[in-house]
Amino acid sequence: MSEALLEVRDLSVVFDGFRALDGVDLTVERGELRFLIGPNGAGKTTLIDVITGLTRPAGGSVRFEGRDLAGRKEHEIVRMGVGRTFQTSVVFEELTVLENLDLAASFRRPLWSLARRRRGVSDAVAAAMETTQLHALADRPAGVLSHGQRQWLEIGMLIAQGPRLLLLDEPVAGMSGEERQHTGELLTEIAKEHTVIVIEHDMEFLRRYASQVTVLHEGKVLVEGSVDEVRADPRVQEVYLGRTDDTFDPAVAGKTTASAGGGRMAGGPDAGTAIGEGVVAGPGAAGTGTMSGTAAGPVAGSAAAGEVK
Amino acid sequence: MTATVRNLVPPAPPAPALRGPSLRDRLKGPAVFTFVAVLALVAAPLLLEPFRLNLLAKYLCYAIVALGIGLAWGQGGMLTLGQGVFFGLGGYAMGMYLKLNDAGGDLPDFMVWSGVEKLPALWAPFANPVFAVVFAVAGPVLLALLLGALVFRQRVRGAYFAILTQALAAATVILLVGQQGLTGGTNGLTNFFELFGQDLAADETQRGLYLVVAAVLGVLYLLARQLVRSRFGRLLVAIRDGEDRVRFLGYNPATVKTVTFAVSAGMAGLAGALFVPVVGIISPALLGVVPSLELVVAVAVGGRFSLAGAVLGAVLMGYARTSFSEEFADGWLYLQGALFILVISLAPKGLFGLLAAARNLIAARTQSRSRTMDGDMAGGADGPLVEAPEARA
Repeated sequence: MSEALLEVRDLSVVFDGFRALDGVDLTVERGELRFLIGPNGAGKTTLIDVITGLTRPAGGSVRFEGRDLAGRKEHEIVRMGVGRTFQTSVVFEELTVLENLDLAASFRRPLWSLARRRRGVSDAVAAAMETTQLHALADRPAGVLSHGQRQWLEIGMLIAQGPRLLLLDEPVAGMSGEERQHTGELLTEIAKEHTVIVIEHDMEFLRRYASQVTVLHEGKVLVEGSVDEVRADPRVQEVYLGRTDDTFDPAVAGKTTASAGGGRMAGGPDAGTAIGEGVVAGPGAAGTGTMSGTAAGPVAGSAAAGEVK
Repeated sequence: MTATVRNLVPPAPPAPALRGPSLRDRLKGPAVFTFVAVLALVAAPLLLEPFRLNLLAKYLCYAIVALGIGLAWGQGGMLTLGQGVFFGLGGYAMGMYLKLNDAGGDLPDFMVWSGVEKLPALWAPFANPVFAVVFAVAGPVLLALLLGALVFRQRVRGAYFAILTQALAAATVILLVGQQGLTGGTNGLTNFFELFGQDLAADETQRGLYLVVAAVLGVLYLLARQLVRSRFGRLLVAIRDGEDRVRFLGYNPATVKTVTFAVSAGMAGLAGALFVPVVGIISPALLGVVPSLELVVAVAVGGRFSLAGAVLGAVLMGYARTSFSEEFADGWLYLQGALFILVISLAPKGLFGLLAAARNLIAARTQSRSRTMDGDMAGGADGPLVEAPEARA
């Protein structure tokens, strides 16, 4: 049996006594396009932070290509072939689009060789520009790009590095409908040749582009499976209570936790906050949320972690 | 598949990245540099009287330090308030050689006055001029490497780094003043007579020294410019603007910053070594907190984001200081402070930034007049002002 590309075992992360991740197991095979969903505070970003070395776990292990990532620095993990983007895209505004891509692509060069000036455009950069279609903007400073273009540039920078695993943290957040569609197509394109994990809130986006989905909730893996399986799962519907979306029938959700009805949100357009607050409201109204008061930890939205039995 | 993705941006004109800058743009930099070089190496020695030429040599020494500050602070975002330490290390290395050379085998004069009877072991190697000059550069470089490795790996940055370097400058002064017999204390090292067999007081020697300083500055400027324009330079700017993000590109920012800091320290050390024969003294007052700060102010006034701005700032502020002090002895400090506040609040890119902005404005005017119908071709929402390239180097 060949080992999986990424193996997360019994991972837990604690922030000031608050368990952001609690015994998470996750296996991602080579070539997979995996969606990671869950309400605010479910631990999605924390999971990616641990994989990429930004956050130290309290327990458990992360293995990438069979090698333990524990104790490795961020840049070392990138050098092993794990690339990520952030929720708020960070491109280097003073540098041009081309320079941003070139810098990303040059990370394996020895430091002294960087003292030479760039001549022309390397194959990796050209390919990344081809995939993201940023040609026309190559010589513009990245600071003038629109939000969507920045995200694409970031994804382009990732591709230019030739990573074996890409972690994208909410790539379509804040994008217009058209931009979402383009990003989805870009994602499909990238997934042909790369293993990708995508954190996403947007159900519509999920339905259109996801195949394998892992649902995180309160730092634990709730369900794992195909989009249809996950959508049909009553536990997922319960977690996403408060969302009046045809994906999740509110009637079904209402039945599973009847007592939470009073705290239900009206299903606002912002899925992110609506979901998070919906969960808090649920246990509060049900009188079981003894944890929710103490759990207001350092992580935004962590109040959603009030224990729901 | 990419057919739909292609709609992201308007149809691409021939990739501008592959075209490169126009011939005129490529020749402009070298032309300006050559002009300034001729001015400095030919015109100045011919036209300036020895006293003024000597002052200019002093400003150019400061300009070398400023170049390093421009690199570390302007490009790399490391606000170093302790360049005087490196400057002093180079200066003292040279001063020690000069002292030993003048003493001709005896003890340097100030040691005799302090009651020192035997040459301290620390001094012995500096009798060798090669060792002194090499140490003037290598000493600061090694110190900066050590400091950088300790500090940047711990992710100390911003104001904390600035305070740390300033504390280092303050501590160095205390150390130097305290070791009267070893360092000449508050007076420092002075009364030099001879350099490599040449009389330091002679106009000829001073003119030669001036030419050496100017040439060193020119060479270092070209090297620094090359560095800024290389991938390393782009990486440095990236680290300045988003250190954490750079980590996720697979680079270790600590290494890049340490190397840059060491380069700037080496420049300051060399400047110190040149400064001593030119000015004839090195003392704690020349390398403490205040002189270190003054150089940072000069770089800010000139324009920290461009190397030429840093050099310009150091020369201008040096000149302004001399001429202003000749008229109103005590007014300089106030003027300097006022200038700093003005620049920081009104023109954060300094004089050079103002120059570049004026040039871009004129360029944008003439451009919009020549092609009003073309509009903004690259698809961004911004006007033609952004299209004008940022003034670099």
